[in-house]
Order: sequence, then C-alpha cells, then structure tokens
Amino acid sequence: MTWQIYDTWVVIVGALCAMACALPGAQLVLRRRSMMGDAISHAVLPGVAIAFLVTASSDPWVMIAGAVVIGILTTVLVDFVQRAGRTEVGASMGIVFTALFALGLVLIRLFADDVHIDPHVVIYGSIELSYLDQVDVFGWSIPRGAVVNGAALLINVILFLVFAKELKLTAFDESLAASMGFRPRLVQGVLMAMTAVTAVMAFETVGSILVVAMIVVPGASAWLMVDRYGPMLAWTMAFAVGAAVLGHLAALIVPGWFGFDGGMSTSGAMAVMSGVLFVAAWTLSPRHGLIARAWARRQLALRIAKEDILGLLYRFEEGTRQGDEPLSASDIREALSVSRSVAVGALRGVRGAGQVTVVSDRLQLTDDGRVAARALVRTHRLWERFLWERLGLRPDHLHGTADRLEHFTSPSMIEELAEHDEGEDPHGRPIPPAGE
Amino acid sequence: MPTREPEQNVTTSPGLGPEHSPRSPLSIHDLTVAYDRKPVLWDVDLDVPAGELVTIVGPNGAGKSTLLKAALGLIPVASGTVRVFGKPMKSQRSLVAYVPQRESVDWDFPVTALDVVTMGRYGALGWCRPVRRRQKNEAMQALERVGLADMASRQISQLSGGQQQRVFLARALAQDAQLFLMDEPLASVDAATEQAIVDVLRSLRSEGRTVVVVHHDLQTVNDYFDSVILLNMRVVAHGPVETAFTPEALRQTYGGQLTILSEASERLARSSGVDHP
Repeated sequence: MTWQIYDTWVVIVGALCAMACALPGAQLVLRRRSMMGDAISHAVLPGVAIAFLVTASSDPWVMIAGAVVIGILTTVLVDFVQRAGRTEVGASMGIVFTALFALGLVLIRLFADDVHIDPHVVIYGSIELSYLDQVDVFGWSIPRGAVVNGAALLINVILFLVFAKELKLTAFDESLAASMGFRPRLVQGVLMAMTAVTAVMAFETVGSILVVAMIVVPGASAWLMVDRYGPMLAWTMAFAVGAAVLGHLAALIVPGWFGFDGGMSTSGAMAVMSGVLFVAAWTLSPRHGLIARAWARRQLALRIAKEDILGLLYRFEEGTRQGDEPLSASDIREALSVSRSVAVGALRGVRGAGQVTVVSDRLQLTDDGRVAARALVRTHRLWERFLWERLGLRPDHLHGTADRLEHFTSPSMIEELAEHDEGEDPHGRPIPPAGE
Repeated sequence: MPTREPEQNVTTSPGLGPEHSPRSPLSIHDLTVAYDRKPVLWDVDLDVPAGELVTIVGPNGAGKSTLLKAALGLIPVASGTVRVFGKPMKSQRSLVAYVPQRESVDWDFPVTALDVVTMGRYGALGWCRPVRRRQKNEAMQALERVGLADMASRQISQLSGGQQQRVFLARALAQDAQLFLMDEPLASVDAATEQAIVDVLRSLRSEGRTVVVVHHDLQTVNDYFDSVILLNMRVVAHGPVETAFTPEALRQTYGGQLTILSEASERLARSSGVDHP
C-alpha cells in the first residue's frame, strides 16, 4: 500500500464533508433532536428527485433548493404527524422520513434511471471517485467534492459565527429566547435548512445514509469529552476530521488483513470510525468516561478504607475495641470487609502518608495519624449522638449509619453537629474534642 | 447597574383602551387561553400594581404558568390584550425579565453558570451582535448579587437545585428589567436559599421594580408579598394581601372546582346566547 495524491484528496474531501455535517449536527445533539438529522438527510433524496423532475435540470442550485424545501417540509410534517397521528416524536420521524426516502428512490428508478442520479451512489456515495472529477478554482485544479463540501463548511461556519448566541440560547432555553424577542422557531428553521443543504452537498461524497453518522456522531462524542459550549464545538470538529483520516486508512489497510485487495468503501469506513471514536470518548472521557468513573470509584473506596483504618487503630488505643493484641495488617484487612486490593492499597496509603507505622508486624498510629483519627472518631460520635437525640434512631442502628456518614461530612456540618459541644456518644464513649 | 425608566406616555399610548391602566407594569384584559378547545384561563382581568411584590397562587392546573406565558406572548391566546406600562409586550420586551420553571431546561447543557447569566444580556444586545467582555462583567455582577460568584465557572449540572434557581434569578437580574415574571422561583429550594432569593426580591422592590411570582406555599404569602392574585382558571380574588387573601377567597380558589366550572359554563352559555343545559 502506498499513499498517493489521490489518497490525500480523499481524506481532504472526507474531512471537509464530515466537518460541514458535524457542525449543525452538534446543535441537533444539544437540542436532543439528533433523529431530525437522520430524518432530513433521508428526506433530501425525494427533494432532489422532484427538483430534477420538475425542472429537468441537474443544476446544483436547483438540487439544493429542492433539498431545502423538502428539509423544512420534513420538520413541518414530523410536527404534523406527531399531533394528528398521536404518535411520539421518534415514531413520527420514522413515518415521515422512511416514506419520503422510499418515494425518492421510486422516483429516481422510474424517471431518472438513466441520468445523473444513481441509487448506488445515493446510498454509498462516491468519495473514492472524487479525485477524478476536478474543477478549476482560480487556476488550481481541485476535486469538485472538495469545493462543494468546503462551500458547505464555509456556509455553516459563517452561520454559526453570525448566529452564535441565538443558536446557543434557543437550544438551551426556548422560552427565555422567545420572551426576549428572539424567534426560536425561526432559528430552528435555519438550523434545519442548514442541515438539509449540508446533507445534499455531502450527498455525492458519502451518500444519504452514512451522512447520518457524519451529522450525529461527532457532536455526541464531543459532548462526552467536555461540558463547555465552545470546546464542545471544537471537539466536534476534531472528531469529524479524525473519522475521515482514520476511515480512509482503515479502508486501505483492513481489507489486506483478510486477504482482499482494496474494495472497501471509504465512506463506510469513515462511519465505522466515527463509531469507534465514540466508543473511545465514552471510555476515555476525563469526566464521564468509563475509566474516569472507575478511577473515581476506586479513589473513593481507598479514602473510606484509609479513614476506617485510622478509626480502628484509634478505638484500639482508646480501649473501646475488643481484644488486647495489637492489630496486625491481616486483622485490619479482615475488619475492613473490602476487596483485598483496596485494603492493601489503603494500608500502603496510610503508611506512605506517615499516619501509621509498623512495629514488629503490629500497626500503630503516628502523631499525625492520631490527629486525623481523632477528628474522624469525633465526627462518627457526633453523628451517633445526633441520630439518637434528634432522629430517635434505635441504638443498634446508630453505628452503621454514622459509619457511612462520617466519610462525607464537611467541616461546616461538623460545626453544626457539635453545637452543644463535647460530652459522650449514646454508648457512653467520650466525643474527642476538636483537633488542636 | 444602570436602570432605565419605563416609558410611560399616558396621553399618546397607541391602542390603549380605557380598560387598561397605563401606569400598571402589567395590565391584562379579557384574556382567555385554551388548549385543544379546553379553556385554561377564562376572561382574566388584572392590573398589577407598580413597585410591589405580587404573587400568583392557585391549585395545580389553575393556569398560573400559562398566565405568565400568555402575558409574555409565548403561547397563542384565544382572546384578550396585554399591556406593559401601557404598551404592547412586543415593544416593551426590554423592560421585562422572565424566569421559567427550573425543570424547563436541560441542565446537562454544556454551559457554565456565568454563560447562563450572560444570556440575560442577549436581549439588550439584539440579533447577531456578539457577546463581549462587558456583558460578561454585567453577568458576573448579577451572580455576585445572588451570592454565587465563586460558582461562575461551574458547569450547571454541578450546581445544587437551590444554586440553579439562583442562577436563573441572576440571569433575570442581568436583564435589568422593570417587570419580573418568575415561575416558581421558590419551588423545592432549602430554607437558606429561599431567604436569599426573597432578600433579592425585596431589594428589587426597593429599587421600584415590580415582581410577579408564581408561588405554591400559602404559609409564606403574608410574609413575602404585598399583593396576591388568587387564580383558578379565572381570577378569584386580586388585591393587597391583607384584604384579598381571605379564607373565603382561598376556599373558592382551592375548594370549589365544581362551582367554578359550572359558573364558567354558565358564562359561556350566556355569552354565546345558548341556553344552559
């Protein structure tokens, strides 16, 4: 496999197309209207077909006009079917766009079979052939696909800049927008028209089905990565470009693994890679990702286990815990009732922090450790007193509840719990005074 | 924050019928709203007094939120007119701030508390004019006023319910309006937040602004508000809390769904000249 100028152009056309689609797509995702992208991209087909039949011209402007009209019509029809047909919005989209898409295919078959529109291209696109169809732009010969998708991207970027705050506000809070005199319906109409125009311009490149992946997936992946508006749009663009680059690479490389020589659809591979990137975002996202959440859970378990170790050792020193043998590491592990790896990690943690030392296999609190442990036991017993005196919990229910609450009590709450300070907990044990 | 005087041109208010008081921040005449031909609001007449804290109370489904939305022109009305300081809402939007119910938006939306409050300045900016540092500063001042300056860069789902409600309040403050319409700003907030919000409402009143609040807690009506509107599809009673907030009016508002419906259908029959069945 060798990289050729042809491959570079496929990637450029793919990236331009993916970015153009992803921008309005990000807004649809934020509005929880992703399916609308699906509906519009399908409905564009009959729009193009009807425009062709009526005007008998394949002038791109006619096609775009047809797509915009039918795109807006789709929104209106979906609304109408939802209300008149008493269906939920997903079902009414399904009804409208599958019907329109099928109508488009039928029309093409019937009347335009021998002309420009080829059902195969309609479905899969022809990004691989884009290099063959070049046009002159200011003396440069570049593929038409790059010009068309680049133009769509440019239009979308300009609209996103001009209507930046209108798009943001109407997506977040329609009623406030309307009360200020911004017109949410109009803005949504503009967004739907943008989506329709973009879909028809992306049509030849990736086809009308895969364009859905281009519209919806980058925005959805980006929302997993960040929770700020501007950065989310930036990530959307990054995911779009990533899908294009990785998609073409996959189309070149993957067939070789199975002994085939090429023949894999680049647009298909781009859509698959969009999905792969989504899974990557879902796994690796710094805040909402699987790994981040698992890490946060483990950190929490470790903190609780470390605090429990300190509490155990403090109660042993105080003499309120049964047994006169000093505690060993394995006693602690048994008492904690957590997984072995958390117990080991927690023991290592408290020793590393200088809160606990080991003297001939027996664990002991250091001075630092004793201060921390006293604060913890204080919180525990303040809770027990509160639960007993104020909530009237039964004595045998106090310990378990206080044991959980002690790990999640902020300093200000401790202050409130300690309003009539010190004294004893309901079991007659002293509540340690606040730390020095 | 600079304050603008509301336009009050008593002599040459276009389209101002005798039924509208030109001095009232919000004057509603003959307002009827229906969903699917079922009336939600019936023949509502109101003059909200200027510079007061006014509350709308009534049972669930009484049309409280609908009244605010209809006044703002957010939903179609079957009949009736709304005047803000004597003029149609359309020309007075800059004088009005709206706080929708907290549940009406998606708090996972990727914006910070400051971003949301900055949206309060969008109306003054108008179409297509970009947000600049100045708007951010004004939003920051509004956040400070509700005590959330240190939460400015938090994503909004990381705020507690009470903090979210205060962010909405700050956004309304940033609008620098003369008339505030707030839908349940005290719903499910803790006692401290409720006090903080009420303090802000009182400071708005002391600046001469008018605040209309949809409220659900009858216990606090006397403490917090100057005027009350008792609503159940129609206005049952309306006036200063001392005179209008009576047990009899409450019974009519909350107790007598049946009587109100029969009264309404009687009126309907009378107005359309059909005999009451």
